[in-house]
Formats: sequence, structure tokens, C-alpha cells
Amino acid sequence: MRKQLMKGNEAIVRSAILAGCRAFYGYPITPASEITEAAAEFLPRVGGVFLQAESEVAAINMLYGASSAGVRAMTASSGPGISLMQEGISYMAGAELPCVIADITRGGPGLGNIAAEQSDYHQVVKGGGNGSYHTLVLAPSSAQEMADLTALAFELADRYRNPVVVLADGFVGQMMEPVEFPQRATAPQTPAWAVTGTAESRGNLITSLHMGSDELEAHIQHLESKYRRAEREEARAEDWRTGDAEIVLVGYGIVGRILKAVTAEARAEGIPVGLLRPITLYPFPTRNFQRLVPRARVFLVVEMSNGQLVEDVRLALNGARPVEFFGRMGGNVPSHGEVLALVRRLARQYGVVMEREEERMAHV
Amino acid sequence: MSSEFISEYEVIHAKPKAFYETYARKDELQHQTHYCPGCGHGTIHKMLAQAMDEFGIKDRTILISPVGCSVFAYYYFDVGNVQAAHGRASAVATAVKRSRPESIVISYQGDGDLAAIGSAEILHAANRGEPIAVIFVNNAIYSMTGGQFAPTTLIGQKSTTTPGGRSAIHEGYPLHVSELLATLEAPMYIERVGLGDNRQIAQASRAIRRAVENQVRGLGFSFIEVLSPCPTIWRLSPVESQRWVREVMEKTYPLAVFRDRTKDAQPRPMPQEPPALDTIPQIIGVANGDVPEDSAIRHEPVTDVDLHVRVAGFGGQGVLLLGEVLAEAGLDAGLEVSWLPSYGPEMRSGTSNCHVRLSREPIDSPLVTAPNVLVAMNEPSLKKFDKSVQARGWVIYNGDAFPPECVREDVHVLALPFTQIADALGDARAANMVMLGALLEIADALPQTSVDAALRRLVKNPRFFELDERALARGRELYRESVREVCHAG
Ligand code: SF4
Ligand SMILES: [Mg+2]
Repeated sequence: MRKQLMKGNEAIVRSAILAGCRAFYGYPITPASEITEAAAEFLPRVGGVFLQAESEVAAINMLYGASSAGVRAMTASSGPGISLMQEGISYMAGAELPCVIADITRGGPGLGNIAAEQSDYHQVVKGGGNGSYHTLVLAPSSAQEMADLTALAFELADRYRNPVVVLADGFVGQMMEPVEFPQRATAPQTPAWAVTGTAESRGNLITSLHMGSDELEAHIQHLESKYRRAEREEARAEDWRTGDAEIVLVGYGIVGRILKAVTAEARAEGIPVGLLRPITLYPFPTRNFQRLVPRARVFLVVEMSNGQLVEDVRLALNGARPVEFFGRMGGNVPSHGEVLALVRRLARQYGVVMEREEERMAHV
Repeated sequence: MSSEFISEYEVIHAKPKAFYETYARKDELQHQTHYCPGCGHGTIHKMLAQAMDEFGIKDRTILISPVGCSVFAYYYFDVGNVQAAHGRASAVATAVKRSRPESIVISYQGDGDLAAIGSAEILHAANRGEPIAVIFVNNAIYSMTGGQFAPTTLIGQKSTTTPGGRSAIHEGYPLHVSELLATLEAPMYIERVGLGDNRQIAQASRAIRRAVENQVRGLGFSFIEVLSPCPTIWRLSPVESQRWVREVMEKTYPLAVFRDRTKDAQPRPMPQEPPALDTIPQIIGVANGDVPEDSAIRHEPVTDVDLHVRVAGFGGQGVLLLGEVLAEAGLDAGLEVSWLPSYGPEMRSGTSNCHVRLSREPIDSPLVTAPNVLVAMNEPSLKKFDKSVQARGWVIYNGDAFPPECVREDVHVLALPFTQIADALGDARAANMVMLGALLEIADALPQTSVDAALRRLVKNPRFFELDERALARGRELYRESVREVCHAG
């Protein structure tokens, strides 16, 4: 079958419907509105519910309702809207309700601007709502991954009964690339815990309230055990030419793509560079980082933010190797040239062994 | 006393079936509620449970509990239970009902919850006419948090955050939620009742029954406001509290039916059956059959394809379409492709540009910062990007005179008045396709069949399709002519 040229934002909605999503509650915001618009077009046609809510606060609470009723549900927003949704995300994590949230990040803080940034990392990966919880976070870097990771997000959300965020930037959302979809739609299933207005589900209760201190602690420990399991089983990253890498470039989303190009260019100059691109930001692919320690001299984290992912990289390496950072903000994108110049400097600074000409030819 | 009378007596006092037998919330006192003596919640719960019994809807009912004293409503009602965030019960109820239209959804909210933090959610749920029942328990105060001022607090009424009493100057006037919602078109039924005496209680019971019945009948949004005693926070005895409802609260909040459109109302249509699962890929446009096959004829380019194209111009010049046709054609020819529109603040400034990559190898970065072909549809775009063009790359420029300051020794240039050329073909708007034709001829990377296929997919109007085909051919021709001229000159 041939692939279709499609925007990442459009791929998300189609993939969600194929994954059994039958409820979408949204609120417009640039640069995520296309997702909401596509949902408005397609969800009613497949017997699903689409509603534009009065605010992001209402939208996320509608997700809470749809998910309580046992329906796969989703929303999409961007920085300021995600901030407003944090209340509901915390409630859903507490009440163990699955849902999928696409965050097509824009510039911040505050109104910032509508250009692409990666500055929602902290509020999404670290959990911007109250309480001891996590959202699982997937970071696509292509239109195909927008589709694939959305499908995975619904699976993980149900498997862990927890909100899952697809964290992308405006570039990944706006760009068109060839995408292919599974030809089979997943049938919507009603989980046994849901409250559906039937005799069988009558005894069910959805709540995040646990009044007794021991009761609440036990509940949090139960949530923690889910997160530990996710850390063991769900962490993902793409290793790209890291086998012999002495300088490891680290970036997610669109930055991962740019760093791939830089890797090729640096390799052409004989600098042994590789790329480690986290695909799950939570659970963080810590082991992928640790595996590279014996060979790597330095890690260079590149972000479209003031340095948020870099904190997790430092935690993952726990001082084993130096971690350098380069960030652009406001909608500016780290250019190949900028990063390559930095790679050259790091190669000198850390005494990176340049590949000899004949080895380089052997790679070719 | 006859035995008949006794049996009737027993029936009246039987606990409704919609209640749990015991209340797990109170370990020791499982037949007591957690509400204070004289609290209105217990009375309202009972009315609701009786209505559920009467309509036999216990299995179908989903109760949304709020935040406040009634946060534990789910300990009493033996129905499906969902506990919502503070103020959000109407939003939660909206989605529950929309996904489970057969269920009976009841949102139970207090005045702090509904009239303050949840004012947006209730207003919009009402305005959409969500077919749910909302029970709004108004005791003019935040009770659970210890007696703070609410939007419903009466003028002069003391609270912990209005220690001198509510003043209209400072806090404004008590919020009349029922009257407010009655200004909306969509609500089906709105009534304010009280628990001030037995007569009021009987009416309250009828109103709550009515709200439940409306939903059983499949009608729209029903809203029952109940003026409800809170002896604990009011610091009054249960009897005094009832009197306060009757003699003080009711003056600010008159009891009345504010809306009743139930008489002629028809049940709302139920959603249609969803389509068969195997038709879904087709409905959302991803079925194999919908995706066009590759053009049969594969083109073997002379050189390896690795196009890094930047297209730039004014909005309306067809910059994005030019790029899209190129990317679609590349995909059709079996290449790896990406297309990225200019994005962010640039989008609004009247200029437009896009990045296109075509390659035999997987595309690493879809961002084109150093193009090997720049298509500049106007002078500002040329000046913005000309320095970024790779050595031995190409600039295709829409303009007669190539600005001297943009001349580079190491870059090829094809500068022609493409807009006039397109105009001569019948429409100046086809300049983009003339330029694309030139690009295709220069790059020699794609078969015309793939370009045709891409154009067919993206340009549905036959008149424009025909025009664009001619424009592409003209562009190819112009490049060939320019090469001949150079040869002749040399
Ligand atoms: S504080 Fe007031 S509203 Fe709350 S349970 Fe006691 S009497 Fe009822
Ligand atoms: Mg109150």
C-alpha cells in the first residue's frame, strides 16, 4: 500500500479513531486547532462525540466524564491550555482514568507566541497538577510517529489507567510526511470499572478522594507501583549511530530530526557522533543513557527551551559523564550550523578521537 | 388502629431502594449519615432516592457528586457514581450523558461549587441544553470549608470571609442562578424550591421528581434549586434554620417555576447506530482503496536525488501548493519526502514559505536551512534567503532584473518574469506552476506522470488543472530555452 502525505496533526485524529477513540472534547488554540477541527469533522461520522467546550478546564473535565463512562477519549491543546487542564489531569491520574492529550507546544511563558517551542516539558513530564502522580508522555518526531504514538497512547492509557500525553511541537504537527495507517479499526471496548448506567456497572465508583491518611497513602503507593512497572516496560528511545559515539547528541521531537542531520555532517568530518532520541519522556529511557556511558565522553542536549529535558538527562547519567546544553527559544530553531560548531568545539575540548580517513571511508 | 394503617405507615418510612442498606462512610454508625442534624442534604437525598425508586431507574442512574459537604453522596446512592472536581460536575455530567445517552445523569452541586467556581460550567451546560438533571443545593454559604462567603450569601449575612456581613459595594449582590439560567433558550425546566416547612418540602419533592421524570422522558436540561438549611454554619437550631429559609432566604430567593417547556416537548432524538467497524478506515479517508497507487512508470533519475527546496513569496502566490505538488510527486515517484510550511509569527505577516525535501534516503531533518534550490517568488523573499543557498545550488527568481547585490558566483540563477508569463498563459496565479516546471526540468528528478498524478490529487478544479499542466510545461520549456541561449552565447 502507498502512504499518504499528511500533516502530523491530521494523522493524530485518524489514528485516534482507528484506536477506538469515540469522544473528543476540545478548545481552540494555535497550533493545535487543526486536531480539534479534524475531530469535529470525523468523530460524529464514526458514532463518536465531539464537543467544543467553554474552556480547557471544562474540556478536561468532560474527558473525565467520558472516560468515567468507559469511552476512549481525547483532547488537544497547547501550553496555556494545558496549564488550565492540569487540574483535570491530576484528578484523572488520581481517579485512574485513561485519556489521551495531545500538546502541540507553542512559545511561553504566558501568552508567549504561537511559534514552536519545547517549553511544556516541565509542566507535562513532571506533572503540572497537584499530588504525587505522573502522566505518561510520548514524543513523536515525524508525521508517522504522530499516528503510531497516538495509537500507543490509547493502549498505554488503558493498560495503566492513566492520562497519556502526546507531546509534540508545531513543526511535527504542521509538517506533511508520508503516513500509513492500520487497515483495521479497533472496536471500542467498555472496561469493567467504568460507570455506564447499567446494572452490571452500578456498583462502580470513580473518585480521587481518599479521606483516611493510610487509605490515601496506600492509593498513592498503588499509583507508584504502576509507574514503576511503566518504567520497567515502556521506556523507549531511538539510538542512532551511538555504537561508537564519543559525543552523544540528545533531543526529542523535531530537534531529534535536526540532530540526525548534524550526526551525518559531523561523521563526515570524522567526529564520532551519535544521537539518542527519547521517545518516551516519562518513563524516561534512563537505561539507554547509561548504556552509552562507557564509550561516550560527553552528552550534548539540544532543546527548543531553556533546558528542561537536560535535567532528566543529568539525573539519568547521575554525574557519570558531563552534560552540555544548547537551547533556542521563542520559535527559533537550533540550526545544523550552530549545533555542528558546538560539536566541533566539544570534540576539541573533550579530546574526542577523530576517525581516521580510511575508517571513515569504510563507513561509506 | 387498624393493621392496614400500620402497613401503610411502614411503607412511608421504608428506606428508598436507591439508597445503600448501610453507609460505609461511618464505620460505627452505619445507619447514620455524615450530615449534621437538620441539614437539608439528607432530605434532598431522600427525595432523589424516592424519585429513582418511583421510576425504577437505579440501574440506569449515574450520579455526579460535587466537592462540598455532599462530596460523599456516593456513599448513599446505590447507583453508578462519579465524583467530580470542584465546580466541574456539570461538565463531567455533560460528557457522561453524551457518551451514555440511555443513562439518567444527575449532577448534584452546592452553591459554592456551582455558583462560584463552577459558574462557567453550569452556564454552558444549561445553554447547550444538556439533557441532565441538576440539583443545586443553595445554603448561601461555603459549608464544608467552614462558612466562607459564597456568591449566594445574602446582603448583610456574616461569613468567615465577610466578617462584617456581605456588602453590595464590596461583594456585589446575591447571585440568582435560577433566574440567570432562565434567560437562556435551551433549558427545559427550572424551579426554585425550599425546605423551610412541610409545605415547601412537599413541593421540593415534587420538583425533584419532575426533574428526574423529564430525563426519563428524554427531555432536556432540568434545574432544581433548593434553599437548604445548614444549621451548623448558620449557628441556628434545625428549627430556627428552617424558619430562616422561610422568612429570610426566601425574600432574596423567591420560590417559583422559572421555566417549564415540558408540556409540548418532544424527546430528543437518540444518536444513530455507529457505522460498521470495517467501514471506518474508509470514512476517515485512510482505506487502502482511497490511497492512489503509484504511477506505473518509474523514472530513473540520472543523478541521485537529494533536493533541499525552499519556496518563498507573498501569501496568495501559491507558495505552499507549489511545495505540496513537489512533495506529492516525489512520493508518487517512490521517494522519501517532507513538506513543512512556514509556521509561527511569519504566517500572519503576508509572506509565506515552505521547506520541501525529496531524497532516496530517509529524510533526516525536514527543515531546509541551506537549500540547493530556492524558489523566490518576489524580491523580499530572494533577499531573505539568497545567502543560505548551497554552493552550486539554484535560484529560480520571479523577476526580470536579478538584483545585482544578490548575484553570487557560485550559484546558478534562472530569473524570469514568471507572473507575466503565467498571465500570458491565461492566469497570473499560475506563476507558481511555471516556476515548478522550471524546477522539475532543472532537477530532472521526477517523471511527468508523477507530477500529473500529484496535480490531479491537489487541483480538483478541471480548469485550473488544465492551466497548471500548461504552466508546468511552459516552465520546463523556459528552462530548456535558457540553456540553449547560454550555449549560443557561449
Ligand atoms: S455543614 Fe451545613 S451543609 Fe454541611 S452537613 Fe452540616 S448542616 Fe449540612
Ligand atoms: Mg453551600
